Amino acid sequence: MPAIELDHVTKVYRRHGRRRQFATLKSALLTGSLVKHLRPDESFSALRDVSLTVPKGACYGVIGRNGSGKSTLLKLVAGITKPTSGVVGVTGRVSALIELGAGFHPEISGRENVFINGIMLGLSRREISDRFDEIVEFAELEDVIEAPVKTYSSGMYLRLGFAVAINVNPDILLVDEVLAVGDEGFSLKCLDKFAEFKRRGKTILLVTHGLSLVERFCDEAVWLEAGQNRTSGDPKRVVQMYLADVEQAEDQHLAAEDAKAQRTPVTQAPPPGPMTEPAAEGAASAEPEETADVSEPEAADDDEPPANMFVAKEGRWGSGAVRIEQVTLEGSRGPAHVFHTGEAMTIRMRINAVHRVDDFAFGVSIFSSDGVCCYGTNTNIEEMESESLEGEGEVVFAIERLDLVEGTYKLDVAVHKRDGFSYDYHRLLYTFRVKSRTKDAGIYRPRHVWRFTDNVRFKKPDDRSDD
Amino acid sequence: MLSNLRQLFRCRGLIQILVARELKARYRGSVLGFFWSFVNPLLLLLVYSFVFTVIIQRGEIVDLEPYAVFLFCGLLPWTWFSASLSEGANALLVGGNLIKKVMFPAEILPVVAVVSNMIHFVFGLPILFGFLWFYAMPLRLTELVWFPVVMAVQFILTLGLVMVLAALTVHFRDIKDLLANLLTLWFFATPIIYPMSVVPPRGKAFMDLNPFSHLAISYQEILFYDGPFGHWKWLLALAVAGAVLFLLGYWLFDRLRDSFADEV
Repeated sequence: MPAIELDHVTKVYRRHGRRRQFATLKSALLTGSLVKHLRPDESFSALRDVSLTVPKGACYGVIGRNGSGKSTLLKLVAGITKPTSGVVGVTGRVSALIELGAGFHPEISGRENVFINGIMLGLSRREISDRFDEIVEFAELEDVIEAPVKTYSSGMYLRLGFAVAINVNPDILLVDEVLAVGDEGFSLKCLDKFAEFKRRGKTILLVTHGLSLVERFCDEAVWLEAGQNRTSGDPKRVVQMYLADVEQAEDQHLAAEDAKAQRTPVTQAPPPGPMTEPAAEGAASAEPEETADVSEPEAADDDEPPANMFVAKEGRWGSGAVRIEQVTLEGSRGPAHVFHTGEAMTIRMRINAVHRVDDFAFGVSIFSSDGVCCYGTNTNIEEMESESLEGEGEVVFAIERLDLVEGTYKLDVAVHKRDGFSYDYHRLLYTFRVKSRTKDAGIYRPRHVWRFTDNVRFKKPDDRSDD
Repeated sequence: MLSNLRQLFRCRGLIQILVARELKARYRGSVLGFFWSFVNPLLLLLVYSFVFTVIIQRGEIVDLEPYAVFLFCGLLPWTWFSASLSEGANALLVGGNLIKKVMFPAEILPVVAVVSNMIHFVFGLPILFGFLWFYAMPLRLTELVWFPVVMAVQFILTLGLVMVLAALTVHFRDIKDLLANLLTLWFFATPIIYPMSVVPPRGKAFMDLNPFSHLAISYQEILFYDGPFGHWKWLLALAVAGAVLFLLGYWLFDRLRDSFADEV
């Protein structure tokens, strides 16, 4: 017999919009339509036709984006709310770690709150007395248990709530993202407690954004997407599919932002008054004072204060004599905005010079999301001497291995004179993300291997180096 | 319905602890602490006595001395009644966290509102009886046995009303504001600051429809007026009406129960 069984469960919530007329109060009460008749424009489905079975003793993970119906699922299993249609079957005593310390009264002491909360969760006064010390010890609140709960820090508050709820000794434990509670040490203790539950053959339903936890801890997982069961089964597979989908969505999001950036018109600022019309004559004739205005990280004769290049201000400027008309980022499988550490990355720029230009340099630099320049170069620095450029063309900057750590990065691309005068400068207009399975620190990940003498042993093979 | 009542009975431990919490929390942090339960009715009485003996002269109304005692007999139960109603109507909203996040029998919240206010009423009784003793009012045991009966009737009637109000307030928040004003009107439409005898005959029929009139009159007859308790027929009729109201209220509450977690 499964511990939890959902059979084609749908839950419809009413949106709180305009209130119904008070005049309908009477009829609503008489016909019971208060609960049943929801106009479609006033309602939305938090869960749509979800079926799943959690066998007894299993640890079942629920993942999905915000608003995908995870918490609604837990509330249905907990019996806090009823399904609009379908059947929710639960066998055994349930304890829900949905909102910790939900029944705490701020004015009274932790001790009294433990008793009240315990009784609310279904313990008898005696049972609580027996477990009281254990609860307080688990919450690590021995010193302050007599103080009113309102004097507790939020971490203490949640820890106490967790300690009570976990000591209810349920057959089924519902957990909603509560491992964010407290510090590292407490999280580990919670995990130990969950592991103990698992050993004792109890069922756990775990809602979390901690995907690695799901992979490590759960026997099965379900991925909810917009209230529907997208896929379920082996947690590793479910998590992989979810991650792939998140990446794809991110990619689309970044692509949309780039599309917006491409439309950014060439502004005249910061250099005042350069020609913006490519057709205009003498576009390349620069006034000297403009040159100084353009902060140019890669310019060899950069005499601006270095702080300037860390100002992460997006924009596009330049005379327009040469234009970068399109910038495309490509990964190993075509255009992309999400890359994995170590993947190849190609920056493709479509350029156009209406008139022949013979003094030019192309530059590329990568900034981390907090504005640190990770890498920057241009053709001038790399000692390529410009000869001529006319008409449409393509410039490709190919990075063989993008050895950056996980994070969001912004890209500058530019074409300018060798002395720094901008033709077309795209400042921080392109965003890409780097993903990594390894949560290493810093910006740059050099390719590396670890080597040890025989007496240094590890349990698992080190997978730190890239695949 | 029967199983519901049994369930409610089974939750008495929880009700008890929540009432205790309510009482403890209410005066936590104040200097006088629990004494406020005594001081509050005393101050209330002082205000009303001052208004109705010094500012407004009662004129020809006789048979109402000492007025403070008369006033107290109606005022103390009224405080229980009105506070229960306004707190109870709000109980589900205030305790929304419990309904939404914990498996929790929702009816406990209105019950706790009524019971904790009853405790306050009981704490006010020593002061009332102190007054009675001070003015050497004649108290007969044969009348005093009715006192718990009146309390029981008031309890069931209040609970019935609170059940209805609590359930409806979840859906119609307007009730909260409506109720506050209605209670003021209700207070003046009840023989608390004036005796029933001054009500003109035309108003009397209306007064008889007001359930709290009969409670107030009962308290006054038992404690204030000498002579046998003559209002018992009305009281028993009210008990039946109160019981019916309670059952209806509970039925309505039960019917709307599933919507609470979604609407609170």
